[in-house]
Amino acid sequence: MEKTGQNLTEKIISRHAGKGVRPGDMVVADVDIALAQDGTAPLAIRQIEKLGSCNPDRNHLNILFMDHASPSPRKELADDHAFMRSFAKEYGATVSDVGEGICHQLIAEKYAAPGMLILGADSHTCTAGAFCAFATGMGSTDIAVAMATGKTWLRVPESIKVVLHGKLSNGVLAKDLILHIIGDIGADGATYKALEFSGYIDSLDMEQRLVMSNMAVEAGAKAGLFPADNRTLTYLQERGRAEQFNEIAPDSDAGYEKVIEYHLDSIEPTVAMPHAVDNTAPASTLSGISIDQVYIGTCTNGRLSDLETAAAILKGKRIASGVRLVVCPASREIYLKAVEKGLVSIFIEAGGLVLPPGCGPCVGIHQGILAKNEVVLSTQNRNFQGRMGNPDSSIYLASPATAAASALFGHITDPREVV
Amino acid sequence: MMTLQGKAWRFGDSVTTDHIAPGRYFHLRSNLPELARHALEDLRSDFASEVKKGDFIVTGKNFGLGSSREHAPTILKLAGVSAILAQSFARIFFRNAVNIGLPVVIMDTTFINEQDELEVSLEKGLVKNITNDRVAQFNPLSPELLRILQDGGLIEHVKKNGRIVV
Repeated sequence: MEKTGQNLTEKIISRHAGKGVRPGDMVVADVDIALAQDGTAPLAIRQIEKLGSCNPDRNHLNILFMDHASPSPRKELADDHAFMRSFAKEYGATVSDVGEGICHQLIAEKYAAPGMLILGADSHTCTAGAFCAFATGMGSTDIAVAMATGKTWLRVPESIKVVLHGKLSNGVLAKDLILHIIGDIGADGATYKALEFSGYIDSLDMEQRLVMSNMAVEAGAKAGLFPADNRTLTYLQERGRAEQFNEIAPDSDAGYEKVIEYHLDSIEPTVAMPHAVDNTAPASTLSGISIDQVYIGTCTNGRLSDLETAAAILKGKRIASGVRLVVCPASREIYLKAVEKGLVSIFIEAGGLVLPPGCGPCVGIHQGILAKNEVVLSTQNRNFQGRMGNPDSSIYLASPATAAASALFGHITDPREVV
Repeated sequence: MMTLQGKAWRFGDSVTTDHIAPGRYFHLRSNLPELARHALEDLRSDFASEVKKGDFIVTGKNFGLGSSREHAPTILKLAGVSAILAQSFARIFFRNAVNIGLPVVIMDTTFINEQDELEVSLEKGLVKNITNDRVAQFNPLSPELLRILQDGGLIEHVKKNGRIVV
């Protein structure tokens, strides 16, 4: 029988296309927020200049973030920042300057709300799917057109329903769950699709949901959405944005391309091995892997609860000799809270260093580039060859708990040994 | 109208945007001709210097996975690549390529070897391998995407039509 109800993706895109949509439809849709960062904004600006104008009514919705090279390590990138500032001044777009933090975290703190269509010239724009926004990464030209005209073209994706059962056990985090899922379905397991999380999602708070949505793109997905529920409302209330809440859930007779199910109780601390995110293994099987650097931060795992998890493991201890521990809060707000709560002191006393808010070494620009043959264990979302600036180094991905525990021992460590 | 001719450069599965436009050259993103000199260098150090105008990239599955950096398809186009033939593409790379006017073809590429001479008709959905005298068909892009390509990319498309037409 033909399904008549709508899933989350169909509901949100229908609202923005002004008509009921089905998977496979090509539509022109209204864009809410359009963002770019310092790696993609300069090219977007040059494209907007070719169009010759930018809709001034969208000034508060067109946002340029300086987070990838923040503060600038090179004159070329300082020039890019200056170019972004002068464009914003001339055209009226909004700027998030050096020191504010990572675009996806700031979108979560200040902008994202249920039902929005959010486009970003950054692949991890899907992070805002945690708010039940349809949020997806695109290139600079798409963002230029969205900023200038408020429109985009979209092929409505099929949705895969990911049903979650039970609760994660102690020492196991959303990062382990999403790495497990990507290892299961593959780095192209959801290409062109939307992942819609369902089931017992109440067990995941907003910070854990943001991790799940952030990594949807690592399975190739266009978006990764949670329904908007009480946890969404609470998060918005805490930031004085309760009026932006509206409850959105899929219809009970909505259609999905397929349904996959996971039992959270059985998920173990999971690690992605070089050089692919779907190359996963339980942390407990990798204790033979020695590490030179540990990185805790990024749009995936640089939030307050991540830093609290790591600090609880590191408190009063010293990291292993020969290991460098680099910590980077994802935003100014998180940084300040980490200072107030004493987390920064814990990291420094444990032998670590704390960077200013930004993308840090994740993208291989500065602040912790690896030497030849070195190994890093990072809480980021991507471990491609060369990602962190050196194609002759190796990147393992894990949760903040696994990262902190591994820093103590100098090799990959299942955090359940220390929590 | 859109018939392309050139030699094939073969790559394997899962070529990432970090392979195409390495992050360590982030500071060259406002200097695209210079960035293009490093295209794909971690996989084939001879590619950027040897590729000729009109040549094709021929690859396996999930080409272009990773970052949204449009610099990746842009520098391949700048280097002279006339189209990319792959068994599948990562989503953002695919739409970036269309948006900048770089044709993308989804097909079984196993009948194409390194440096084979190819002729590709985008509207007919036809690849002629002149070297081994084989012909294969592919599903052409949808009319909406072909129109963006034929207009020369999304910016030219919007300038020409005053809006996005799909």
